[in-house]
Amino acid sequence: MSDSEDLDELESRLRKWETTTLKDALKALPERRKDFVTTSSRSVRRLYTPLDLRGKSFADRLGNPGEFPFTRGIHPTMYRGRLWTMRMFAGYGSAEDTNRRFKYLIAHGETGLSVAFDMPTLYGYDTDAPEAKGEFGTCGVAVSSLEDMQILFRDIDVGSISTSMTINAPADVVWAMYLGMAESRGVPLPKLRGTIQNDILKEYEAQKEWIFPPEQSMRLVVDTFEFGAQEAPQWNTISISGYHIREAGATAGQELAFTLANGMEYVRWGVDRGLKVDAFAPRLSFFFNAHNDLFEEIAKYRAARRIWAREMRDTFGAKSPRSWLLRTHAQTAGVSLTAQQPEVNIVRTTIQALAAVLGGTQSLHTNSYDEAYQVPNEKAVRIALRTQQILAHESGVANTVDPLGGSYYLESLTDELEEEAYRYFDRIQDMGGVIAAIRKGFIQQEIANSAYRYQREIEDKERIIVGVNDFVVDEQPEVEPLRVAPASLKAQLERLRRIRSGRDRKKWERSLDGLRKACEDPESNTMPRILDAVRARATLGEICGVMREVFGVWEEPLLY
Amino acid sequence: MSMAKKIRVLMAKPGLDGHDRGVKVIARALRDAGMEVIYTGLRQTPEDIVEAAIQEDVDAIGLSCLSGAHMTLFPEVVTLLKKRRAGDIVVAGGGIIPEEDIPKLKKAGIKAVFGPGTPLHDIVAFFEKAGSAKGA
Repeated sequence: MSDSEDLDELESRLRKWETTTLKDALKALPERRKDFVTTSSRSVRRLYTPLDLRGKSFADRLGNPGEFPFTRGIHPTMYRGRLWTMRMFAGYGSAEDTNRRFKYLIAHGETGLSVAFDMPTLYGYDTDAPEAKGEFGTCGVAVSSLEDMQILFRDIDVGSISTSMTINAPADVVWAMYLGMAESRGVPLPKLRGTIQNDILKEYEAQKEWIFPPEQSMRLVVDTFEFGAQEAPQWNTISISGYHIREAGATAGQELAFTLANGMEYVRWGVDRGLKVDAFAPRLSFFFNAHNDLFEEIAKYRAARRIWAREMRDTFGAKSPRSWLLRTHAQTAGVSLTAQQPEVNIVRTTIQALAAVLGGTQSLHTNSYDEAYQVPNEKAVRIALRTQQILAHESGVANTVDPLGGSYYLESLTDELEEEAYRYFDRIQDMGGVIAAIRKGFIQQEIANSAYRYQREIEDKERIIVGVNDFVVDEQPEVEPLRVAPASLKAQLERLRRIRSGRDRKKWERSLDGLRKACEDPESNTMPRILDAVRARATLGEICGVMREVFGVWEEPLLY
Repeated sequence: MSMAKKIRVLMAKPGLDGHDRGVKVIARALRDAGMEVIYTGLRQTPEDIVEAAIQEDVDAIGLSCLSGAHMTLFPEVVTLLKKRRAGDIVVAGGGIIPEEDIPKLKKAGIKAVFGPGTPLHDIVAFFEKAGSAKGA
């Protein structure tokens, strides 16, 4: 900061401005509203100046890019060296359907893959389970077996492209299927790059696709940390996700706070297992939402990096700078998309993607304009990808590192969000930690309260949503529908029947027995046994069935 | 019916979909409007929902689904209600429902379908009407 004499001078000029220029202006033209707030209802002041940063050292709080505390980015050159990975979340119908979509996206310039699974898969059921009725392939692709995984990645070079998989409760099983698929094609596991989401805490808090109770789930997560560190060292064994916390209704500050609190909980569990923090921390990755409020969102990413670096170095004693880095994927806010005038969503997505890029994300998914209705059609998804390409190649925002760093408003917001996160950390700690807070329903209730307040603000027109509560037109939106072909379901059911009748029954039974024993023994790592079961052609539902029997299932506290 | 009788509504999430933001916001809006709201929680089968509705003696059921399974799950609730001689319980649905599915759902006995962006006020008004019609 400049020296205090300058600030005193600035302060007196500001006071004078308030009593003269500003006062006259307000008399002539009152402001549009009494309070201006962000998307998260954070109060925004009229003007920000260097006085708002008084007493704070830029050297400590910002540092240089690629250096502690990484507020300005995890790489010294950021996008001047390499653009972010354009990784579109995709999946519907059968493995064949989604394999076609992957190839379409790669052909149009996508640089990483990201798999969306259907509800039964997310919940550890095979397509032919009674619970899966009506749910096949509607929200993502169905993967019930190793063979499905092999088809999903047919003719795609998994040795060179990185793959992210949004899978949580059965993350270990789906990951084992991916490893088994690579193995069957002769790709060595240490060569594989990618991510499993594997973030079970946010499932209890927001996304709600859990299976087992929290402690058992946490054990499975740590099993993947341990296995990954040894066998697949380039794989990110978790993507700690604020995205879903935000989609469920949290504010930006709550998203930041709950995500990082979850992240620290995983580190604690890893350390308690006896793992060296520097052995697994470099493979922890993050996933944040990019919502409408440009500055608040950018500040959130910057605050996240700063908090994580400090906590990893000072609280957890990580020595390797790689352990201090908060690497993140970002996705534009699905919940912000409107079914009304859907083409306008392209504009929303553009602003949100800009926030993620200015926030310094490592990879990005942009939503398609038709997603308030359905899994996107090809044209919509291509426009969404083009949005990223325009930002990268035409807008100029990728040409310098952290272009908004030093903005009085942005730096103030970054500090405010950081302070809010620490207030939540304290409350969670007082409750006995993240899992205790989940059991009490605290985090769920905070999110539900914010969701309700936001909706009331729209209802009362305190918040304008274009096309929904203002600027409304009376027209039927034209969206080209995407439907899963009934033939896909038939083929999937037929494939499952064939797998079950054609496999070596003894080998299959032995593998599931081995898995059961590993689940019953807390000293044992389940991953090798899951991999054995996958190799023996056990299905996702069968493997999760064994685990359901041993671990039990979780029922959440009911609240709204 | 006495004016004091509160309208009772069961809010439910059928199927495997865990997106409960919408159902919770609506449950709270109905409660704030003075109704008795019973929320079943996630992953209910149509049988679970119908059983709970009868046990709780509700006037109406609100179903919420984002995953695309609505065409299978919503009509099944209506069918089961009729089987249990509880066809007078009004059923409404909401979530991500394609426009072209709405007439089919209505034909199957779903009285109203609320898409994204529907004002809470409209939903509250619907359940108020449904409740007083049944109570009458």
